[in-house]
Amino acid sequence: MTFPRAIAVAALGLAAFPLLADEIPTNERRSGYSFMSADTKAIQDDDTANPGMLWVLDGEALWTKKQGTADKACADCHGDAVASMKGVAARYPAFDKTLGRPVTLEQRINLERAQHQEAPLLAYESRDLLALTAFIAQQSRGLPISAGDDPELAPFIAKGRELFFRREGQLNLACTNCHDDHWDKHLAGSAVTQGQPTGYPEYRLEWQTLGSLERRLRGCITGVRAQAYDFGAPELVELELYLMTRARGMTMESPAVRP
Amino acid sequence: MASALINVPRKARRGDVIEIKALMSHIMESGYRHTAAGDLVPRDIITSFACRYNGKEIFRADFFPAIAANPFMSFFTVAQESGKFEFEWIGDKGFSETASASITVE
Repeated sequence: MTFPRAIAVAALGLAAFPLLADEIPTNERRSGYSFMSADTKAIQDDDTANPGMLWVLDGEALWTKKQGTADKACADCHGDAVASMKGVAARYPAFDKTLGRPVTLEQRINLERAQHQEAPLLAYESRDLLALTAFIAQQSRGLPISAGDDPELAPFIAKGRELFFRREGQLNLACTNCHDDHWDKHLAGSAVTQGQPTGYPEYRLEWQTLGSLERRLRGCITGVRAQAYDFGAPELVELELYLMTRARGMTMESPAVRP
Repeated sequence: MASALINVPRKARRGDVIEIKALMSHIMESGYRHTAAGDLVPRDIITSFACRYNGKEIFRADFFPAIAANPFMSFFTVAQESGKFEFEWIGDKGFSETASASITVE
C-alpha cells in the first residue's frame, strides 16, 4: 500500500468511528448498579427496602394535590401518571421552544407549576421537587434512555460534551479522565464507575437522602476543586444532556440506590 | 407524606419462618453536627422501635445517633396465626409513628 493510500484508509476508518478513542464503546457501557455490592443491590431491588420509594410515594400524593392560584393538580391535566408520564424522564433534558434551550425534568416541573398551577417554584433539592421528579422518573423504570432525539438539541449536546472533556479545577481533571479512562479502577475504596445517569433522582447512602444528577455533578466538580455551577445553570443542564445521550439505550432504574 | 414502608408476607403456612421488613422515613440528625455559624444542630433521632404480632411484642430495638437516616429493620419470626403486625417508632421532639400489616396463616 502506498503511503497516501494508507492515510486515506486511516481517514476512512476514523469516519466510520466518529467516537474518540477515549469514549466507552456501546457494548462496554455499565450502569453504576453493576459496580455495587450485593447488599446495596438488594436495597435497590426491593421496593420496600429502597428508601427512594418514600419520595416516590410522596410524589404520587403530590401528583393529585391541587396547588397554586389556579387550584389545579398535575393529574387534572396529565391524568394517570402511569400512562401519561411513561418514558418522559427517559427523554429529559428536553428542548423547550419558548426558552430556546434544554430544560431538565426538575425545571419542567417548575415551569408547569408557574404556567399552569400558578404556584410558587420549588427549590432545587427540596423534598417536594425531588418527590415529584422521583415519581415521574419511576414511570420510566425499565425503559431505554432516549434523550437527545430532538435535532434542536445538537448544539447543546456538543457544549455538554465539550465540558465533559474540559480539564478544570486545581486538580486539573476532566470528567473523561476518570469516567471514560479509569472506570474499571478504584479511587480509595470506591469504584470510579462510568458516570452513567441511569437512576436519577437517586438515593445515595453517602447523602442519606435522595438527590438529583445536578447535586451529583456539583459533588464531582467540587471534588476536582473547581467552582461548582449553581443548580439549574446552563452548563449543568448541558452536561446532564450529554450524559443522557452518552447513556442512550441504557435502562432507567429510578429511583436507584448508590453507595 | 409517606412515612413507612412495610414488607410482611401476605400469606404463610403455620410454622413458617417469615421475614419482616420495616423502613421508616426519618432524618436521624445525630446531635453532633454544627451549622456553618457554629451552632449545634439539636439531636433528632428515633429512639425506639417495636413490633407486635397480635398484640404480643415480638421485636424491640433501641436506636442511637450513629444509625443512618431512614432506618431499615429486618427480622424474622414464626408464622403462628392469622392476624396483624403492628409497628411503632418513637423518637425525639415527640416523634411517634405507627403502621400495620396483615397476614393470613393457613
